[in-house]
Amino acid sequence: MDYFDIFVSILGSTIRLSIPLIFTALAGLFSERAGIFDIGLEGKMLAAAFAAACLAYLSGSAWIGLLGGIGISIVFSLIHGFASITNRGNQIVSGVALNFIAAGLTIVLGQAWFSQGGRTPGLTGDARFAPIILPGVDFMREVPVIGPLYANVISGNNILTYLAFAAVPLSWWILYRTRFGLRLRAVGENPAAVDTAGISVAWLRYRALLVTGVLGGFAGAYLAIAQSAAFINNMSAGKGYIALAALIFAKWKPVPVMFACLLFGFLDAVANFMQGKSIPMIGEVPVQIFQALPYVLTCILLAGFIGIAHPPKAGGVPYVKER
Amino acid sequence: MSTASVPLPNWITYGVLPLLNLLLAFFISGLVVWSIGENPFQALRLLIEGALGRGEAIGFTLFYTTSFIFTGLSVAVAFHAGLFNIGSEGQAYVGGLGAALVALALDHYVPWYVTMPFAVIGAALFGAGWAFIPAWLQAKRGSHVVITTIMFNFIAAALMVYLLVNVFIVPGKMAPETRTFLPGGQLPKLDWLMALFGMKLGPAPFNVSFIIALVMCFLVWLLIWRSKLGYEMRTLGISPSAAVYAGIPYSRTVIIAMLISGGLAGMMALNPVMGASARLQVEFVAGAGFVGIAVSLMGRSHPLGIIFSALLFGILYQGGADLSFEMPNITREMIVVIQGLVILFAGALEYMLRPAMVRIYQQFAGQKSGGK
Repeated sequence: MDYFDIFVSILGSTIRLSIPLIFTALAGLFSERAGIFDIGLEGKMLAAAFAAACLAYLSGSAWIGLLGGIGISIVFSLIHGFASITNRGNQIVSGVALNFIAAGLTIVLGQAWFSQGGRTPGLTGDARFAPIILPGVDFMREVPVIGPLYANVISGNNILTYLAFAAVPLSWWILYRTRFGLRLRAVGENPAAVDTAGISVAWLRYRALLVTGVLGGFAGAYLAIAQSAAFINNMSAGKGYIALAALIFAKWKPVPVMFACLLFGFLDAVANFMQGKSIPMIGEVPVQIFQALPYVLTCILLAGFIGIAHPPKAGGVPYVKER
Repeated sequence: MSTASVPLPNWITYGVLPLLNLLLAFFISGLVVWSIGENPFQALRLLIEGALGRGEAIGFTLFYTTSFIFTGLSVAVAFHAGLFNIGSEGQAYVGGLGAALVALALDHYVPWYVTMPFAVIGAALFGAGWAFIPAWLQAKRGSHVVITTIMFNFIAAALMVYLLVNVFIVPGKMAPETRTFLPGGQLPKLDWLMALFGMKLGPAPFNVSFIIALVMCFLVWLLIWRSKLGYEMRTLGISPSAAVYAGIPYSRTVIIAMLISGGLAGMMALNPVMGASARLQVEFVAGAGFVGIAVSLMGRSHPLGIIFSALLFGILYQGGADLSFEMPNITREMIVVIQGLVILFAGALEYMLRPAMVRIYQQFAGQKSGGK
């Protein structure tokens, strides 16, 4: 395998590994820009993956699976909202709680329903999102450089992959070009001002959390019924936290979120590729370095050494109307 | 009228409300058990029998309790200073490195009671060291400690796997773990304590670190409620602006609080590493750091409350393991669900029942004063 082939193959897996991060980080973007911290992204992704796998298995349709994933992710979002908006509870505590509930419940229910050690039965055919072969692949394959890139990186992904990349400009448009987006950003910076303008802070934040729920559902569905063909125990494996890191790394902005997710996906792909291989001159690089790198980079960023990341000002603070 | 500003007596705030929240969490857990076709009451009976039925079971329960006391105290100390330390898990993991290094260095030469104080210091230092960077980042650079401690949990996991696989592994063996410590690097079991109550410990790893945990409870109480530093930490926790106004140095207090928190988390490692398996293993913390969050929330960040809630979680962990043998339909992860529900109801939704409680209380109090 020459270097270009390796490059193409790493790029292909970068895309595949980035998609759940992009959906999840965008989910977090909506919630955090509205002033609700969401540590519970991991749990949403996991619960959505489980629901998607169950419903796709029962119905035989990937689309119904996707809807199920979105549904359960919205339920988790609303519980988070009920705790942190309506009851003014601690948002971090609520997120931590929901992560535990998702981690436990998926295994308990999975084992009780399917008795496969927490796995769901394997999915085939229409129960999964199959790769889409874009037109002209056979013809393009012969073209040097662009051909393999087109055939192996751009084509051959499933519909959710393309939706993820479509969700990035869409999120940007919603946040920066619509009235809802303007108000959403305002409520994350200065809820009192939004309240003074006669707009309900609570309702606005609930709507932001609904969007978070929908995007979290896509992330989970991608894991279980597009990338894999079943739900596997703890299959989110910390991706929710990586997405959170990417969100911070991107300073809470939609387009940088995509690039941060691609960067972290790339590190993951390189880590997988490097397993057991050695680089000339340096020798074998421990996989753990690539695993830890996204977190280390985010900490360095948070420390203000690569520009300063300003979180939304009202983030994490419950809004109290009367003083 | 808003009910948030109406004061309630302490026995309601610290007694009735937490109890109701806990009952709600258990009620929903029961619903989950019922929904998968098992009898919740039967499950509860099996769980309690599995946790407290025999001497060995109690030994395991108290073994888990010990770990949870350490991590609960760790979360609580940071909480008093207004910091949410989610990093106890990682700090305990790295603390294990400190304990193991001491044990590996000394176990050939001295008996356990000489090793122990050094191991306590080693574990605490390493745990505190792992908390230092997030603490410093929070104090000096304003990076949110929640995010950085989460990141440091993952960094700790990567670091420890690397060290165990590449540095500490015994040549010729497959398992990524250190060599087994000699008795000089182990903490002895408390079988004599169990014998006092006429019970046999059996193979349960209930050990001396339980006593260290209780001593730490007392020291934390002393620190938080009987020392100047503790007063400053609590002031900072309740009102950062008032603390600054009163001349309490923000950075110093934050860093010290996090160091103590990390040190307590690190000491948790004594229990599994030196008290049970006598070697450093991958993922030995096994979520105890996160249980600490639930324990601290339920125990209202008070050492006495932490002992009781740690015991409750010890019962859940040991009983839950036993239950999954008796009722194969209910897996061990049911404990994780219960843990999540406890954190949700005792933590995030702690004010949910308050308005209703205020109304009931006002009606009751109003009748009393009206009658006079």
